[in-house]
Amino acid sequence: MTLLSVENLSIRFETPDGLVHAVNDISFRIDAGETLALVGESGSGKSQIALSILGLLSPNARTEGRVMYNGTDLLSLKTKQLNKIRAREIAMIFQDPMSSLNPYMTIERQLNESLELHEGLKGDAARKRVLETMDAVQIPNAKNRLRAYPHEFSGGMRQRIVIAMALLCKPKLILADEPTTALDVTVQAQIMRLLDEIRAEMGTSILLITHDLGVVAGACENTLVLYSGKVMEHADTRALFAEPQHPYTRGLLRAVPNVHDDAAELSAIPGQPPNQMLALTGCPFAPRCVDAIDACRDGVPDLCGEGHKRACIRPVEELT
Amino acid sequence: MIAPKTMKTAEYQETAAEEMITNRSFWSDARRRFLGNRMALIGLCFVGAIILFAIFGGLFAQYSIEEIDWSLLGQVNEEGGPSLSNGHWFGVDELGRDLYARVVQGTRVSLMVGFTAGILSVMIGSFFGAIAGYYGGRTDQIIMGAYNITLSIPYIIFFVVWQAFFGRSVGQMIIVMIIINWPAGLLIARGQVMTLKNREFVDAARMLGLSDAKIILRHIMPNMLWVIVIYTSITIPDAIMMESLVSFLGVGIQEPSTSWGALISEGARTMTYGALWQLLFPAAFFAVNQIALYYIGDGLRDALDPKERS
Repeated sequence: MTLLSVENLSIRFETPDGLVHAVNDISFRIDAGETLALVGESGSGKSQIALSILGLLSPNARTEGRVMYNGTDLLSLKTKQLNKIRAREIAMIFQDPMSSLNPYMTIERQLNESLELHEGLKGDAARKRVLETMDAVQIPNAKNRLRAYPHEFSGGMRQRIVIAMALLCKPKLILADEPTTALDVTVQAQIMRLLDEIRAEMGTSILLITHDLGVVAGACENTLVLYSGKVMEHADTRALFAEPQHPYTRGLLRAVPNVHDDAAELSAIPGQPPNQMLALTGCPFAPRCVDAIDACRDGVPDLCGEGHKRACIRPVEELT
Repeated sequence: MIAPKTMKTAEYQETAAEEMITNRSFWSDARRRFLGNRMALIGLCFVGAIILFAIFGGLFAQYSIEEIDWSLLGQVNEEGGPSLSNGHWFGVDELGRDLYARVVQGTRVSLMVGFTAGILSVMIGSFFGAIAGYYGGRTDQIIMGAYNITLSIPYIIFFVVWQAFFGRSVGQMIIVMIIINWPAGLLIARGQVMTLKNREFVDAARMLGLSDAKIILRHIMPNMLWVIVIYTSITIPDAIMMESLVSFLGVGIQEPSTSWGALISEGARTMTYGALWQLLFPAAFFAVNQIALYYIGDGLRDALDPKERS
């Protein structure tokens, strides 16, 4: 069952220097209970996609296309209507747990806020729910830490609180915007396991945004590879890692170190991402692609294929 | 002291641990730092004493404000000096009125005008600053336009014109001073909001579905309260200074009411005749109060500025 479908979404930013094309004509769907990873390098537009779903884009952003949720187009909703969906239906986990909690508010007050707003819970009922959620995200000794301030927690604990905040109203979809980037590797693993457990228990769908291929490999069913605001490849995570069918994905995977084979050479993708001030005229990856032919620069390739989708005009067999 | 048995119970230790956790808020930290600042504490004592003087000083006056001591009239400069025996502790003024009672009245007026005008203008200014910073665009342009217009008003002329229309009273004085001083705190609040609104916790609050008003009140305001507190502590002595200046020039507070500025002005006129006390008593109150307030402001800045936090 489709929970959320993004249809032909484009996001542009009006800046004094002209339009910035952050996201170009992207479509994908998330089913109930599915985990989908959005992978891409910095500036590929992955965070902007998540922000656009909740209407949190900066005021100079212009969107095209539709984001359908429960039969309504989220992009066309006013803030007031969006406020009913935010946190209750779709919640977001922000990247930096150090700055996504208000330093002047106790944990309990911050967690209570959304409960009070969306479910009208107060006092003991709210506290009970907060404690349950804090237990669910495995914060030890939750009862005694309710009145603590964010700076009294470690980074990993703060990220758990941020996750608890997103979980409180039992949303159907969680947008996790690089939830582990600011954390060290061991804590990363704990947080990813936690997200996985939550999904299994509550049946929540998760859209995981990351640039870390290692995180994706372990956590998500499906993966969508973005480059310069365009989908390059969309496939089952295992299939994508085993047999990447797009030159960009191949390049990315070759750049990841392999623990089992320390003799293998790491190869970087040469060149720079394209200038986003210019509208796309051909495949955005063509200037850096080892397999590019002249035809690649003539038109923007469509995403095609069943199951394993790719946006490349060259057949898989001809790729290096 | 020997610890009673109850201190060793688990229950006690749990509450003790809880206290340790809850007592580490920003404001309790700030209080601790402020109380460790000796100059600020001394300043606080002086200001406290002056406020008590303004409230209760009148009870000890031996004469009322308008009562003229006929026995001293005509020889004020020779006989009207401070004296314990006749009850004129601060001497009498030019007209033979008790200067102690007059200083109590002047202190009341100066503090009231300074504190009310100072606090209200910072509140109004930071309210508009917060709105300008949060919404930006057209709203920001209008508020900044009003700010620039206010800055371009020559304030002494404005005092004269306003009082020509609405008369002279303490209430009118406060209103004019708020009109002139409201930009105090506007820029700083605007700048604070502009940085704070891009912080992730504000995005997180928007993600939770909170309204703009709640975001400003619950998430942005508490984070900039320290700036507003510091700014208020600077604006109050500035407002007292402004009140005294215009009263000294004869534009502000007038007879039968009085203020530090008006008293200093009278004292300055008569000091050449030898009645120095008429200048020195109000001037001493004024100076001590200003210096003390500035030290309190300094202490607050040290206590509240997060960059100073260790």
